[in-house]
Amino acid sequence: MTAYIVRRLLSTVVVMAVVAFVVFSLLYLTPGDPAAVIAGDIATDEDIRRIHAQLGLDDPFLFRFGRWIWALLHGDLGTSIFTNLPVTQLIGQRIEPTVSLTLCTLLVAIIVAVPIGVVAAAKAGSWIDRLVMAFSVLGFSVPVFVIAYALILTLSVQFDLLPVQGYRNLNDGVWEWLRHLILPSIALGTVYVALIARMTRASMLEVLAQDYIRTAEAKGLAPDSILIGHALKNAAIPVVTTIGVGVALLISGAIVTETVFALPGIGRLTVDAILRRDYPIIQGVILIFSAVYVLVNLAVDLSYVLFDPRVRY
Amino acid sequence: MSSTLAASVPVAKSVSPTWKRFRDAFRRHPTAIVGAVILLLVIGAAVLAPWLGTVDPEAVSPIKRLRPPSEMYWFGTDMLGRDVYSRVVYGSRVSLTVGLSVALLSTLIGLAIGMVTGYVRALDAPVMRVMDGLMSIPSVLLAIALMALTKASVGNVIAAITIAEMPRVVRLVRSLVLTLREQPYVEAAIASGTSLPRILARHLLPNLVAPLLVQGTYVCGSAMITEAILSFIGAGTPPNIPSWGNIMAEARSLIQIAGYLILYPGVFLSLTVLAVNLLGDGMRDALDPRLARRM
Repeated sequence: MTAYIVRRLLSTVVVMAVVAFVVFSLLYLTPGDPAAVIAGDIATDEDIRRIHAQLGLDDPFLFRFGRWIWALLHGDLGTSIFTNLPVTQLIGQRIEPTVSLTLCTLLVAIIVAVPIGVVAAAKAGSWIDRLVMAFSVLGFSVPVFVIAYALILTLSVQFDLLPVQGYRNLNDGVWEWLRHLILPSIALGTVYVALIARMTRASMLEVLAQDYIRTAEAKGLAPDSILIGHALKNAAIPVVTTIGVGVALLISGAIVTETVFALPGIGRLTVDAILRRDYPIIQGVILIFSAVYVLVNLAVDLSYVLFDPRVRY
Repeated sequence: MSSTLAASVPVAKSVSPTWKRFRDAFRRHPTAIVGAVILLLVIGAAVLAPWLGTVDPEAVSPIKRLRPPSEMYWFGTDMLGRDVYSRVVYGSRVSLTVGLSVALLSTLIGLAIGMVTGYVRALDAPVMRVMDGLMSIPSVLLAIALMALTKASVGNVIAAITIAEMPRVVRLVRSLVLTLREQPYVEAAIASGTSLPRILARHLLPNLVAPLLVQGTYVCGSAMITEAILSFIGAGTPPNIPSWGNIMAEARSLIQIAGYLILYPGVFLSLTVLAVNLLGDGMRDALDPRLARRM
């Protein structure tokens, strides 16, 4: 098993190196001259050349890549072109809303989706099953911002139940904080719930057709204990994998959700950076989100050992 | 072509087993037909946009701004007095162009790379590590990053989303090729001295068509959503082209006074993606009888 963990860690390092290379190449290929942008409109060619030398923009590609990686490994993601602040600091300031949003969504989605999928599988072919499947197809098809605006227009604008947009820090009180996260989480979580529910159902159906389930039924175990103790436990691996892979949906969706609900998180920071072409920020955000995604999936892979004693690699 | 899957089922020479499975699946899945019909309607609207009672979607008339939906302006007018109905109908062109182009391009590129890496062992590891790396960047983020590099245009949107979607196709094709190359008929072809291009084209390609068709529909749906997201956050289709994402982005600030403006493009986008997904589900069940029995 140790060999498996080591191999898995090594492949994670390789993947992250590829991500870093891709992200750096993107910056390298960026058209336009950051030096000219920094220097401003009234700069002379001499000024631009000086800034070029200062930033080391004239060095060869691999040299710059090496320097960038070295800085990266020391926790330095570069400096924002516009605000002149370190990217790590800018991301740090914006991290709370994003983490609040994605974690709330993740937890609620799993709590909702897994039981839905289990019930749908247990009652396969019934109207409940059909309803779950219909919801799942809809959830895949209606984009997050359409759900978001439908919720805002009905619950906020029409009935004034929840705030239209904005964010409150956890320090301002748990209820205020939560109230501002309810609609964003529903909007963001729908596609995730659809994905997990669908995978839970499919995986459960697979397991419920196994011989040991029939044996459990034959020896008179309660249906619920078969469903949870025997079936769900054995159906867990594909579900957990999907939860990990689906985090990509949460990350992409968070950018849109934060824009719709004006949450001052990393997504909002990214969108502002795109409008201002502030590449170091875009780069930093992509790196951090990708790292989170890779690490989540690493954790998922390693967690298989907990779910299935047969997995010993 | 699918002799491995349907070998035991005797079928008439004139009807290929794949088509028979498609027909049966569509019969079992009326929703797939609903999807096909909706999709045809949207394609019809995109092609026939100028003759569907539309006016110039770019015609600005400030005097008629923010009119509510009426007989004259079916979906109302936006803050510049443009006819939202016309804009939404023309917007279908952008979504369909992007969706279909990305599906086609990422399938073709993914197919080429996937077949070669699946077959040429030396290429497998390096290419797949690169694909793993690309797949570790959430696809919307990768598309955003690529769009930030170039100027906004429909072509660049297509290119950016294609690069973001293509690694998944590569992975699918590669895994299929790895299984197929162990099949006895491929070994027989190798033993009888068939050239590599001929093995790829005659023995592997026909077996990849069906799964790629299914994957292609999902890519199409996901590309349409990504295009709308990119346009919505200002990193996609240029603002002067009416795309559903752009219309929603423009209506964003009017949510309190004219909320309906944002719903029309939203509903059309959702319906179109739904249609594509229903079609994909129908095809998947047609091609995977093991799954189909349970649905």
